[in-house]
Amino acid sequence: MDKKIAGLAGLAAATLLAASPVYADGTVKIGLIMTYSGQFADLATMMDNAIKLYVKQHGDTVAGKKIEFIRKDSGTGGTAPDVAKRLAQELVVRDKADIIAGFSLTPEALAAADVGTEAKKPMVITNAATAIITTRSPYFVRTSTALPQPIGTLGGWAAKSGIKQAYTMVSDYGPGIDSEGAFQNAFKQGGGQIVGSVRFPVANPDFSAFAQRLKDSNSEAVFIFVPGGEQPAALGKALAERGITPKTMKVLSSGELTNDDALKGLGDAALGIISGWTYDHRHKSALNAEFVKGMNELLGGRNPDQFAVSAYDGIHLIYEALKKTNGNTDGDALINAMKGMAWESPRGPISIDPETRDIIQTIYLRRVENIGGQLGNVEFDKVEKVKDPVKEKMKADGKLTADGLAK
Amino acid sequence: MIARHISLLFDGFAYGMLLFVLSVGLSVTLGMMNFVNLAHGTFAMIGGYTTVMLMRSAGWPFFATLPVAFVGAAATSLVLERILYRRLYRASDLDQSLLTIGIVFVSIAAAAYVFGTGQQPVQLPAYLRGRVEFGDFSFGIYRMFLVVAALVITGLLVLGLEYTRFGSRVRACVDNQRMARGLGLNVDAVFSITFALGSGLAGLGGALGIEIVGLDPNFAFKYLVYMLIVVAVGGLASIRGAFVTAAMLGIIDIVSKYYVPEIGAFVLYFVMVSFLVWRPAGLFARRS
Amino acid sequence: MTVTTAPALATLNPRELLRAHVKWRHLETLFWLATLLPFLVAPTYLILGSQIAIAALFALSLDLIVGYAGLVSLGHAAFFGFGAYTAGLIAKAGWGEPITGLLAAAFAAMVLGYLTSFIIVRISHFALIMVTLGLCLLLYEVANKAHWLTGGDDGLQGVRMWPLLGMFRFDLYGRTAFAYSLVVLFGSFLILRRLINSPFGLSLRGIRENARRMPAIGSPSSNRIRTVYIISGTFAGIAGGLLAQTTEFVALDALSFQRSAEILVMLVLGGAGRLYGGLVGALIFMVARDQLADMNPQYWYFWLGLLLIAVIIFLPNGILGGCARLLARWRRRA
Repeated sequence: MDKKIAGLAGLAAATLLAASPVYADGTVKIGLIMTYSGQFADLATMMDNAIKLYVKQHGDTVAGKKIEFIRKDSGTGGTAPDVAKRLAQELVVRDKADIIAGFSLTPEALAAADVGTEAKKPMVITNAATAIITTRSPYFVRTSTALPQPIGTLGGWAAKSGIKQAYTMVSDYGPGIDSEGAFQNAFKQGGGQIVGSVRFPVANPDFSAFAQRLKDSNSEAVFIFVPGGEQPAALGKALAERGITPKTMKVLSSGELTNDDALKGLGDAALGIISGWTYDHRHKSALNAEFVKGMNELLGGRNPDQFAVSAYDGIHLIYEALKKTNGNTDGDALINAMKGMAWESPRGPISIDPETRDIIQTIYLRRVENIGGQLGNVEFDKVEKVKDPVKEKMKADGKLTADGLAK
Repeated sequence: MIARHISLLFDGFAYGMLLFVLSVGLSVTLGMMNFVNLAHGTFAMIGGYTTVMLMRSAGWPFFATLPVAFVGAAATSLVLERILYRRLYRASDLDQSLLTIGIVFVSIAAAAYVFGTGQQPVQLPAYLRGRVEFGDFSFGIYRMFLVVAALVITGLLVLGLEYTRFGSRVRACVDNQRMARGLGLNVDAVFSITFALGSGLAGLGGALGIEIVGLDPNFAFKYLVYMLIVVAVGGLASIRGAFVTAAMLGIIDIVSKYYVPEIGAFVLYFVMVSFLVWRPAGLFARRS
Repeated sequence: MTVTTAPALATLNPRELLRAHVKWRHLETLFWLATLLPFLVAPTYLILGSQIAIAALFALSLDLIVGYAGLVSLGHAAFFGFGAYTAGLIAKAGWGEPITGLLAAAFAAMVLGYLTSFIIVRISHFALIMVTLGLCLLLYEVANKAHWLTGGDDGLQGVRMWPLLGMFRFDLYGRTAFAYSLVVLFGSFLILRRLINSPFGLSLRGIRENARRMPAIGSPSSNRIRTVYIISGTFAGIAGGLLAQTTEFVALDALSFQRSAEILVMLVLGGAGRLYGGLVGALIFMVARDQLADMNPQYWYFWLGLLLIAVIIFLPNGILGGCARLLARWRRRA
């Protein structure tokens, strides 16, 4: 029966392939896989509006071809990588997408890796931030960040700035564990000492127990990573209730703890938090001013965050690659065009590492200050051209192929 | 040393009180009316958004928004009760679950559409922020406020349901609907009011909870598991059960996360399973 | 709970009743023939088709305990995820043969069912719902903590399947995945259909209607409950294994509360206790979700919610239950 079905299927597919219209030469289809609904819908809100802004600013025609977006929601019922993989497959076989972009979360990207490899379609990651993702398919390119990039930089800066001991607190899931490793490694390398660490469950409404542990540690500094959403503010408040503020203990964190929403909830308790991150809407550049203005209009007054800028850059990369190939949508040609590409993003100068296909960018060290009555991040130091330390180490250990894949 | 533990216990207790305010309404509807209302979180979310909107757009003080959050959630629930819930009072648990899950889906999408997908932070008045210190002890002011609010709610509920004429009507309608009808009680009206009361409490919980657990469109679903745990372990329809259980779960959660953070998330679920196997009807079951 | 009284119950002896039920109806033949249609009319929907078949099998397994034995579980994803991780880990370890991998997933889920069945028989109603949910959440946390084994939140990577029967690769179009899932679904359906229409199946319905009285007629309730719970878990494990094999990836999501809740929604939507309810529910839910999400990626929840509300208001007891009632009313009038 199985054979018959497969035979029948083969026949059907053959007829269909023959019958499928030779898709119009004039369009390039970009499939977007994002968590448009569900728990992580806000990421997609940011990314999708940034894409709309880019198209508004740069038109929908590149190298004589019309750009068409196909939006697919991977947010069904939490994080469902099986759905993300299916959507990637459908984009390839049904919608005939030339490029796939998006990927809100790591498991989605990892599950879809093989689809890109098999179909030879470029997949531009505009958020998922676990370091190893790009080593899983030669067709992955990332314009967001590998978390160890900003976090490792922060750890190195912390040691250099004279902090002797630190405690780490991270969410107990992939990105949290990645950050924990990145901070601890860089901090220890710089001569710092880790006096303790704790991981909180992903679903954790109340942080007071962890705040107490931190207080008991009497550490000089603490590094914190929590995913965005309601947790940054909840954690910050729990710390403040225990009397832990940057005035009593140096608080270092990723950008999530000091984004606009979190700062609004935290209030003055946040003053002085130091974060190492890729982007803030207060970054001073003409390009960023224009970007922020455009996003404010689309988002009804809200400011863009790193999700928005990553998606904006992702679409820029696709546009530029298409220009370079003269509209040729062959996967290998596009990937080759993307490798090594460098440009000015609203977050500053960035480029795509030709060896790993991951982003190389400036990491900013920022402090939360009161700027004209509003709390915000003020950049006070930066490290330029930062690569993902995890893949650099893999390369040094001979664990990375010439294509940037894990051996 | 001791001070630290007392602070921990207090935090756990206050967290439990938040769980209590969020769940007690569910205990009322599920336990007294036998209606599987998985949309309880939706009413909590309505309360939360009411508070946020009044504070932000109309500039109301936090305290003034709380009664409106209660009324807003209660009023919405009355409308839904009239058009949807009432048709299913006699339906199976499964049908009731499906209806209410449908309501949850609709409310999540509607909230995302109207209020956007982001977090809705609120700035509490200065006198509710920070902490007070008594020697070595230190307590968050908002947490103390939560405890007081929960105690007041418990007191009012217990008094209202056990010592007033309305309370005895509710109990009569729940225990034997036909007999209550025969005695001339307006069962439909009693149920409507009870349902509105339960939903209003959820709305209040949603408003009080913003400061601790945040608010976004997914709120309607995110805390459902916690609410169900409180009601199940406490025993259906038992105000005291929900109170004791919520306090206990809050304390266990915080204390276990403090001492054994490695297995912090297990403890709560493990405790729930063990209690339910030991006392399937709940700790304070009014009836089996 | 739904009461499905066969009108002829009084006049037939049980053996004949069962035989009448076992008889294959035209509508059923038509239904199963129709499942082959996607190969011809919608060859780019085969991946969705395979995931519908998997959900259908999962819902069918849940129907055994919910619809027939009257035990509501809100933690059935425990078996689904356990099967998925078993199948995934075996393939990752180097044994990528699908059919044996699936059997291993079934066996693992069966063992899990056996172990938890001791707890399940002690409780009922609301407590049972919460305990099944609790066990599933515990397993989720274990899988999250066992990062070295499961990949934790990142998901299990490196699952590589060998071609099915040594001949059919798992292809991008999902042809193999769909055919494979469909055959497994059909095979499982035949087994469960036979089981439901056996004296064992009748005793289950007896338990659903009155668990206390069944021992009095010589049918030990708790043994039956344990058996059906284990069987149900086994088939849920097969469904999970299928998902792991056809997507070559396993994520924590396979064990989540959402997965448990969603499958219950699909079953109730289709109509519990009707064998085909889970299949119809999975089909309608998944197709509706796919189409609505394509039309409106951000707010499709709204329309799906409305669909659920409408079904329950106009067709109580699910789509099949409601249709059966309408049909009966129409027949009476005719």
